[in-house]
Amino acid sequence: MTTLPLSGIRVLDFTVVWAGPYATMMLADFGAEVIRVESLQHFPSTTRGLMPRPPAALLASATHLLAGYPNWEPGARPWDRHPMFNCHARNKLSMTVDLTRPEGKEIVRRLVQCSDVLIENNAVDVMPKLGLDYETVRRWKEDIIYVSMPGFGHSGPYRTFQGYGSNVEALCGFTAVRGYADLDLTSTTAVYYMDAASGAGAAFAVLCALHYRQRTGQGQFIDFAQAENMLPHLGEYFMEAAMNGRDLPRLGNRHPAMAPHNCYPCQGEDRWLVIAVASDAEWQRLCQALGSPPWARQEKFATLAGRLKHQDELDQHLAAWTSTQEARAAMAHLQAHGVAAGMVFREPDAYADPHLNARGFFETITHRECGTHRYPGMLWKMSKTPGHIRQPPCCLGEHNDYVYRELLGMSDEEIARLRREGHIGDTYLGV
Amino acid sequence: MAAGPLADVTVLDLTHYIAGPYCTKLLALYGAEVIKIERPGRGDPARHLGPFPGGVPHPEKSGLFLHLNTNKQSVTVNLKHPRGQELIRALVPHVDVVVENFSPRVLPSLGLSYPELEPLNPRLVMTSISNFGQSGPYRDWKAQDIVIYAMGGAMNLTGLPEREPLRLALNLMAYQGGNVAAAATMTGVLGARRLGVGQHIDVALMEVHAGSIDRRTTALLGYQYTGEPGYREEPTGIGIYPSGVYPCKDGYVQVLVFPQAWERLLAAMEMPELASDPRFADPLARMQPENRPAFLALFLDWLRRHTRYEAMYKAQAQGVPMTAVNPPSAVLEDPHFQARGTFVRLAHPAAGTLPYLREPFRMTASPAVPLQRAPLLGEHTEAVLQRYLGLSAKEVAQLRREGVV
Repeated sequence: MTTLPLSGIRVLDFTVVWAGPYATMMLADFGAEVIRVESLQHFPSTTRGLMPRPPAALLASATHLLAGYPNWEPGARPWDRHPMFNCHARNKLSMTVDLTRPEGKEIVRRLVQCSDVLIENNAVDVMPKLGLDYETVRRWKEDIIYVSMPGFGHSGPYRTFQGYGSNVEALCGFTAVRGYADLDLTSTTAVYYMDAASGAGAAFAVLCALHYRQRTGQGQFIDFAQAENMLPHLGEYFMEAAMNGRDLPRLGNRHPAMAPHNCYPCQGEDRWLVIAVASDAEWQRLCQALGSPPWARQEKFATLAGRLKHQDELDQHLAAWTSTQEARAAMAHLQAHGVAAGMVFREPDAYADPHLNARGFFETITHRECGTHRYPGMLWKMSKTPGHIRQPPCCLGEHNDYVYRELLGMSDEEIARLRREGHIGDTYLGV
Repeated sequence: MAAGPLADVTVLDLTHYIAGPYCTKLLALYGAEVIKIERPGRGDPARHLGPFPGGVPHPEKSGLFLHLNTNKQSVTVNLKHPRGQELIRALVPHVDVVVENFSPRVLPSLGLSYPELEPLNPRLVMTSISNFGQSGPYRDWKAQDIVIYAMGGAMNLTGLPEREPLRLALNLMAYQGGNVAAAATMTGVLGARRLGVGQHIDVALMEVHAGSIDRRTTALLGYQYTGEPGYREEPTGIGIYPSGVYPCKDGYVQVLVFPQAWERLLAAMEMPELASDPRFADPLARMQPENRPAFLALFLDWLRRHTRYEAMYKAQAQGVPMTAVNPPSAVLEDPHFQARGTFVRLAHPAAGTLPYLREPFRMTASPAVPLQRAPLLGEHTEAVLQRYLGLSAKEVAQLRREGVV
């Protein structure tokens, strides 16, 4: 097997929910040994599902974001079967230890001493309360790279603020700039863009620190404020505010400098096509693709300024056409004419997509608690050291034997005792 | 002066617009030397996209370009000119990384594809960012941000159930593509340094978003697990409330109250007596169709008496995840970002002094380099060609006359 770029780097992973785990997914995909440090006594919310044993009332009303267990059945071990966890946990290991007891902390100390990176995305007071703050951890291993990724960072008035991704996005301007132009902001549904941005940003942060340590031998603490990592993604909006003292209007699916630029209905239920025309030449190609109908040949649509001004009318004409079309065929037809058009993919569309399949995006894996399924795969392709899903998503405590026996060199007797005492196991206790 | 963790990394930057430049901006902020190649005359097309001061286009005043190109050097090279292509090939042995985001057919047509550059520098890491990747049936298809979100991301889950799916902010697909490409590039650099292997990295925006943790991968896997596709939901859940965006005295707040935070919310509202009100005493009672509006009326009335910041501070004092919904202009004034110095004012000879965002994360041992303004078009052409290729001022002048630089 090819050696991967991050082979031999060990990451102690204290991350929860999505943002932190997304970072360690990227590191694990390209060879780092990522060990999730979990506890049988503590079930972090919205990580291995919403609840360890979800009640029937939740299952009855929930979508698969909240309860998409295989066949909608939580089974005996729901924490090993939730897609919100299993979508990122491939290639990672899971060990369990009760962090609230001195012996548990001692086990973590020994793990830190054989690790390169510690990463966590809890509220700022969680790791200090466990006695696992950076100052403590670096005494155990001086060159440890310690990435802490709370919502607002380790200083400033919001340091201790509580917030899910959607809360931080709202404060940072991301919520106010999207939404239907004809409705007010109470119609806004939650998205979790920040989790994606934080995951990639934190993976980059770890890699920068590893690169620096390779050159100098020094580890370090990284204050990763998820808000600040995401703010640059709205850079042009801040520039508009600074340069011109105004906020760009909310435009729904429209664009200030492209027209048409919208989402149009197609044949069938919940089938949609987006079309985005960036230039007058592309507009001409769109007209040809439509068979140059008389409405499209009108002078007022020939220039961007005209199309922006007469957008309502333009959108009506296009929607009338798309409504008679099958979405995938319309996408292919417009693309064949060099027009940026895309069907709004629902999940079955992605799995059936010839492009994603030609590139091998999905990988088939068998998971001992879930069976065999196709999983979304690598975020990028490397020509000489390709990443793959080498191991299925980690079940709770699945790799305790490796960690306690091989890494920490413990005997059968010690392991048996830690199991009796509730450190080692594969089932949540009392939660 | 701080050198940054990537002080020993040199990047030949063949990027334009947003995704590529955001990737190389990140590398530059953490100390890499980034040599940005721009087309003579017009430069990066982002120079011609707004916002502009007063809305008046000017290639040195584009807010988008100024934001994306801090800490880089600008060198103009005509890539269509054979002598320009030679200059690029001559630079390749001097760099660790090439980042580009042309359409996949462009660099091969210029003799600058990875297989042609690899022999010049076997340890080269070349990152190619494109809409659909370097292979596959859609390789040459066209896309804008909204197309990527539609085909790759969770657009089908974004918006109201009875309405059309919605995009996010204008350029997030491209920014996140650049963000992921920076991680991919550094994975490649570590591979080159640790294993001695150079390689080509293929970042497809469609796959970055098909693999996004923002609901997409959970929904994809949830479909595999349950056989049912996802759908758009109402903005506020039935069981978990209040959740979503609510109006207040001067705007809106965003809140998400799971059952465990219920009593803390009542404390923030200074209505602790509601905890023993039978209508709201437990999650099941609160879900009843007649009780839910009764509580929301009290909540909205409380919000109406508070500004978004007052409500946020009162809620957060009790540990309730509630935040102000800010327009971008208010973010510039936000006290937290002021206290942390998140925006830094930088002068630029054409665009004047503007606030720029500091580095996205703060490293203690190897801090990011100080922010430097974006380069003027071709500002570093002479310096770079002299330093790396040993060209004299006279030779550069000759190239300039021939339209190469």
